[in-house]
Amino acid sequence: MNTTHQVIGKRQQQALTDPVWIRYGLITIAMAFIGLFLFLPLAIVLIEAFAKGWTAYFNALSNPDTLSALRLTLLTAFLTVPLNTIFGIAAAWAITRFEFPGKSFLTTLIDLPFSVSPVISGLIFVLLFGSQGWLGSWLSAHDIKIIFAVPGIVLATLFVTFPFVARELIPLMQEMGSEEEEAALSLGASGLKMFFLITLPNIKWALLYGVLLCNARAMGEFGAVSVVSGHIRGLTNTLPLHVEVSYNEYDFVGAFASASILAGLAIVTLILKSILEWKQSNA
Amino acid sequence: MRQSKIMPGFRPALGYTLFYLGLVVLIPLSTLVFKSFQLSWQEYLAVITHPRVIAAFRVSFTTALGAATIASFFGFVIAWVLVRYPFFGKRFIDAIIDLPFALPTAVAGIVLATIYQPNGVIGKWLMAWTGIQIAYKPLGIVVALIFISIPFVVRTVEPVLQEFDTSMEEAASSLGATRFQVFTKIIFPNIFPALFTGFALAFARGVGEYGSVIFIAGNLPYVSEIVPLMIITRLEQYDIPGATAIALTMLIISFLLLLIINLLQMWIRKRSGQL
Repeated sequence: MNTTHQVIGKRQQQALTDPVWIRYGLITIAMAFIGLFLFLPLAIVLIEAFAKGWTAYFNALSNPDTLSALRLTLLTAFLTVPLNTIFGIAAAWAITRFEFPGKSFLTTLIDLPFSVSPVISGLIFVLLFGSQGWLGSWLSAHDIKIIFAVPGIVLATLFVTFPFVARELIPLMQEMGSEEEEAALSLGASGLKMFFLITLPNIKWALLYGVLLCNARAMGEFGAVSVVSGHIRGLTNTLPLHVEVSYNEYDFVGAFASASILAGLAIVTLILKSILEWKQSNA
Repeated sequence: MRQSKIMPGFRPALGYTLFYLGLVVLIPLSTLVFKSFQLSWQEYLAVITHPRVIAAFRVSFTTALGAATIASFFGFVIAWVLVRYPFFGKRFIDAIIDLPFALPTAVAGIVLATIYQPNGVIGKWLMAWTGIQIAYKPLGIVVALIFISIPFVVRTVEPVLQEFDTSMEEAASSLGATRFQVFTKIIFPNIFPALFTGFALAFARGVGEYGSVIFIAGNLPYVSEIVPLMIITRLEQYDIPGATAIALTMLIISFLLLLIINLLQMWIRKRSGQL
């Protein structure tokens, strides 16, 4: 009797856990894939950037075109991230705190930019503001440049990063409910006081998470910006566009030096993202 | 949800949301539809059925399909390993999975092209041992899209695996199922909707991807030219109606795909009874 029990117990255990060879086989496959597709590219960025030594690397970075590309990238993020953050908070407030017809349709519309190809996201602004576009003749008559200029880059970036903050906040605020906010209001708090003392502290980690993702995309966007920028050196090249221009001119150290800044940004984003995920799960 | 009478800010919040949505998203997107009205039906068809455009659509859809399929396999294995097995450095590995989301696509593009070109780190090796060239061929597009696709699959499968109720596995095994049966009859059917969602998201993203692809693709007309590049080429030739027609077609196909995916998912959920 004892032995049959042991046999059944052993068989059950086998049906619940994977055999050792499968376990190690799968771990090996996963690690090989991650090494090949994720770690190797990161390593190659640094190897290529320093291929001709430190001086070449720092010369490439201190090139005026690189610096102006970096400035434009920072400026774009500085303008787009706050605008989309304010929108995200307003949209999440309207959608999660009130009932109105067409709510789920509105939620779908907010996610729309994610399903549009980056190139199309740029094209639509050319159709609107370009020389053959709707407002093209009016704009050129008033000497306002949007396409092949900084405003076009900002607009295209606004479009591609549009949903990030809203889509982090909506599920969280839905789940949170509004009891705490209602309590504050019924105790006489003003709307603004309730928002800054109750709502904002409750959503801060999710909000920062959305801002982080929005910022990473705003600084790294390539396709949409490439369509509207016109690639004017020192004027309308963002850092990702500068990477492309340098690479196509066979200036590999220059391309990878700029790429190393963007890779650094990606790594910082991943680290902050892990910290925020940890904060959120412990909140 | 209970409608709250005392909650403030409904009108300003909704008003601003609609205003900003219209200004940044809806008005710009609508230009695509209105601009294409400038073409007659015949002119539109002539643009779309041009052999080079058809070839670009074929390249974009087949490479995205291939990449999403391969990424689904490896993504599933990675999610499984991350959820089920303890090993050293798991948190670190888990964080790096999102690299393709965080790394600008242009950087991914030049790095992958450098690695897989005939004298690159992997390209040289592959050339010598198998004679296969990846960069500047359609295979290069597939490699770039696998890179882009992997987090979509891992991040949709991982939470479902995590919340998977192991008591079902225990019940099956106590009734005498082998590990293979437990996996094929219990685990996989329950994970499948999530895996399919990951696959579909990766596919939809892959079709429109531009930055990571153009450096490695070689961009040879009829062979390795993708639809987004086709749109840019038309734009650079000042053929704005042509670019618009191709873009609108692609947008409609992606929306139809999303619709089909959503319907399929509802159907799968209903069938497996996890509404």
